[in-house]
This record gives sequence, C-alpha cells and structure tokens, in this order.
Amino acid sequence: MSVTNEQVRHIAKLARIAMSDEEIERLVPEINNILGWVEQLGEVNTDGVEPLTAVIPNKLRLRDDAVTDGNKRDDILANAPVAEHGFFAVPKVIE
Amino acid sequence: MSELTSLTIAQLRNGIRAGDFSAREVAEQYNAAVASARMLNAYTVETPDDALAAADAADKARGSGELGSLAGIPLGIKDLFATRGVNTTAGSSILKDFKPRYESTVTENLRRAGAGMLGKLNMDEFAMGSSNETSTYGPVISPWRRSDGGNAALAPGGSSGGSSAAVSAGIAPAATGTDTGGSIRQPAAFTGICGIKPTYGRCSRWGIVSFASSLDQAGPMAKTVRDCAIMLEAMAGFDPKDSTSLDLPVPKWEAGLSSDLKGKRVGIPKEYRIDGVPADIGALWDRGIEWLRDAGAEIVEISLPHTKYALPTYYIIAPAEASSNLARYDGVRYGLRVEGSGGLDGMYAATRAAGFGAEVRRRIMIGTYVLSAGFYDAYFTKAQKVRTLIKQDFTEAFEKCDLILTPTAPSAAFGLGDKTADPLSMYLNDVFAVPASLAGLPAMSVPGGLDEQGLPLGLHLIGRELDEQGVLNAGLAIEERAAFTAKPQRWW
Repeated sequence: MSVTNEQVRHIAKLARIAMSDEEIERLVPEINNILGWVEQLGEVNTDGVEPLTAVIPNKLRLRDDAVTDGNKRDDILANAPVAEHGFFAVPKVIE
Repeated sequence: MSELTSLTIAQLRNGIRAGDFSAREVAEQYNAAVASARMLNAYTVETPDDALAAADAADKARGSGELGSLAGIPLGIKDLFATRGVNTTAGSSILKDFKPRYESTVTENLRRAGAGMLGKLNMDEFAMGSSNETSTYGPVISPWRRSDGGNAALAPGGSSGGSSAAVSAGIAPAATGTDTGGSIRQPAAFTGICGIKPTYGRCSRWGIVSFASSLDQAGPMAKTVRDCAIMLEAMAGFDPKDSTSLDLPVPKWEAGLSSDLKGKRVGIPKEYRIDGVPADIGALWDRGIEWLRDAGAEIVEISLPHTKYALPTYYIIAPAEASSNLARYDGVRYGLRVEGSGGLDGMYAATRAAGFGAEVRRRIMIGTYVLSAGFYDAYFTKAQKVRTLIKQDFTEAFEKCDLILTPTAPSAAFGLGDKTADPLSMYLNDVFAVPASLAGLPAMSVPGGLDEQGLPLGLHLIGRELDEQGVLNAGLAIEERAAFTAKPQRWW
C-alpha cells in the first residue's frame, strides 16, 4: 500500500497538524518509504496468533471508589497558555 | 582535593559516609564541571542549588547515621522526567515553558534516597531519535572523538544523549535515562558507559512524558555495573499511580552482585549476525563470549527467528502509541499555543505544526495512518500479532539459556548529520535493542572495548522477565574482564 497526497492531507487533518502543500509533497515519499519497509510483516504467518496486549502479565488493578485527590485547580491551570476565571480558555466556538 | 568527579557512585557514597570528603564538596565540584562543559550542550537547565541542598542535607544527616542509598549524590535527570518547578520539555518546543507542579515517581524515589539534581539533560524530542539531533535545543555533542585527529562532532546516541554525554564527560556521576526502543542502551554503548533498562513495569512511568506507553521504561546510566544496581534499586518500585507498575518488592541488586556465572547458560542468537556490521563489532562479540565462558557460563547457540521483523513491528507500534499520547498537546492545558486561523480547530493545527519538530510530526503522521479506519488491522493489529511471536521467540530461547549476549548497536557513534537525511537508516541503528523492548525484558549495555577509530563499543545482555540480577551479574563479569578504562580526551 502507498499513500497519495490527498491521503497525507487527510492524515494531517486527523492528526490536527497544519501542513503546507510543500510539506505534504515532502512527506509522501518519506511515509511511503517507511510503509514499504514495514510491509515486510506481510511475510509473517500470523494465523491464529493473538495480538499482544500486555507485555508482562499483570492484573489490571481496581482501587476503592474513593476520592484520593483534588483541590488542585490552581496547580492544573498554572501551565495553561490562557486561563480565565478558574477555567481553561479556548478560542470562541459558539457565536 | 582530588577530582571527585572521577569517582563512581559507590565510591562517592562510601567516601561521604566515611567522612573522606563532604557531600558539599562533591556537589560543588560537579556544579563547576557542569558549568565548564556547556559546549557539549548536554544540560538544558542547570540546577546547582538543588544539588547543594541535597548535599547539605546529607552532610547534616551523616552524624545521625541515617543516610539514604544516594545521600548527597548529585544526578543528571533526563528532561523527560517531570521535576517540580523546573522546566520539563521532553526536548520539544511545544513544552518549552512547562514547569510541572509535581515530581515524577522515579525522581521522587531518587530524592527520597537522598540524591540531588545537577540539572535536566538534553534528549531527542519526545525521545524519538537515536542521535539526540531531533531536540529543539540542538544536538548534544559527544565528548568522544575519533582517533584520526579529525574533529568531527559525533552523536552521543539517543534518545538519552544528554545523559550518556554527561556521564562519559564526567559532568554527572550517573543519570536517569528512558528506553522505548534502545534509548538507554545505544547511547550508553556510544559513550563507553553502562545502562540498564529493567523489566517493563519495574519503574513507574508516572510523571515521565509519554512516548509509547507499552514500551517506555526508565533506567539508570552510570559508569559501572555496580552504580547501575545502586541507582536502579532507588528508582524502581511499585506505584499505584501507574496501572502497569509491577506490585513486587525491589530486589537488593547491589548486594546480589556476583560475577561467578557457573551454572548459567548464555545464548548467542544466530539471527543477530547480520550483514554490514563492522568486523570490530563481531570481534568484540566473540571476546564477550569468551569472557562469559571464562566466568563459568556455558555458551549455547539459540534462534530468535522473528528478529528481522522487530524493527518494522516497532515502527508501527511506537508511532501508533505516540500519535495517541501526543494528542494531549492541544494548546489548551499546557505548553505552546499558536492562535492560527479558523477557531479552535485552527488553533490546534497551528499549535501542533509550530510545536512539534519534523521527526515527531513524521511519527504522529505514521501513527495516525496505521490507526485510521481501514488500515488498523492491516498495520496495527498485524504488528501486535508479530509482537506476540517476537515475545514467544524469547520465551522459547529462555528454555535453552538464562541470558542472551549480543552487540548493543550495529555501529560505533556516527557523525552528527550522517543519518538525518534518511529516517530509515537512523531507525536501523536500534536493530539489536528493539526486540528486548518489544518483549518487555531487562537488558543492559556494558562497554567492551574500542573500535579501530578509538570509539567505544558495547555488549548487550538480555535477561528473563524480572531477572535484572542475572543481567547485572553477567554485566559485571564482562566489566571485570573487559577492563574498559578509556575516557574521552577533554577538548571542551
């Protein structure tokens, strides 16, 4: 499989990365080169093989449903590029 | 006063305890060494006061006899670890002004053991790279130079390139690293130091900027195997804040060190003899086999048949996880914001275009593609299935052996700029390191010798799950026999 300019533009949109036409032109062969290389995995017979989900067997732990943290609003907002009235501020989305 | 910066952690610890010198003297010498080596670009932030405060606390506590295992030892911290109030950028412009309000579990553990911090260490952006050249701060320059008399600037390896350069240049006695697909071991090999990636889950990932969560592990980079054992003991441990943290006691790795390998079987995987690897590396591997045999081990040939598929598997899984993890950089909660045009979506896209470097953008794009509708099974699920087979290869091999010995990397340090034009050639430098990462196994690089150009080469040991002790012990056996004492000639 290989990707086209249109597909790369679509991936950039999905990834929320603004890209110029020149950058897309440049990326298409790079991505195709990498995809061509990973396609060698097609040689491997994986019939009946389960995908690996946990690299080291480990139980997913549950903890008590109790409040253990909180009251950190100012800490959480401290690194926000724009915070107002105790909230994260984003560009206007509703007219 | 002798050069305290030439001592190991064990020597510093013992000297501070015995009162041969004060922790303050150690911190002061290191702070001065850090300040005099800025040409290497190893540190992104220097924190001399932090190192001094920990030293003073150790000197004060010495009278009471209650000293932590790293009391007064100043360490370099890779910039991937969140450090309270100190810039934590992961080498990325998108986090340029980020000052966490919290401390990562690993650095908190090190502080609890009494360690101080010399500063934050440069790295490839979001740990994506094998040469430290993708950092927004520019590359770290290796303290090593070829013996040909030329002054070509060499890569310190990556992504923990600031860590490797700092330890080998004597501007940190040891440093934290992280390893997703070789980022501790390859830089350790390039700079003639030791580095161990423990079993996945030994060290908490909490507070470490995420790259690929099923692969990321923290570990120490230090001058000796013993120092790695001391430091890993302090870093590791169960953490309820990391859902993949292993709820197991931390073994006494330092006390358990023994270079007697009688009864141990060391596997030599035939698939790791690949074309295009310099003869020096094959010769060092052969010497390593002899050293381990001399230490009492039995050598057995093993097969890891899916080895050649490890890198392509990695380059699907790691970018996929990265594209998901890095979705958090949205210009809203922390980091850079660029307003752009077109409202909220425009702001996201403009922020991420400006904040991420070329390699990170490339990997996010690949990751987004392999996870996208219609391609998910062909790429991501397929890679996860091959990952199962790679893990099985190791499980079967460990029925025939207790440890595996390979070279760490297929080359010595390369020149800055040599591989930046071709992403694939850079990826291939992790060919020997990546399989153990995919299988979550403990693995270590130990310096074995110099190549014909006078550059360090590493030997790589892979152990069973949770058998860091076996890896460290075999590392010690190599260290004792390799007698690697070469140091970079100071030019900086």
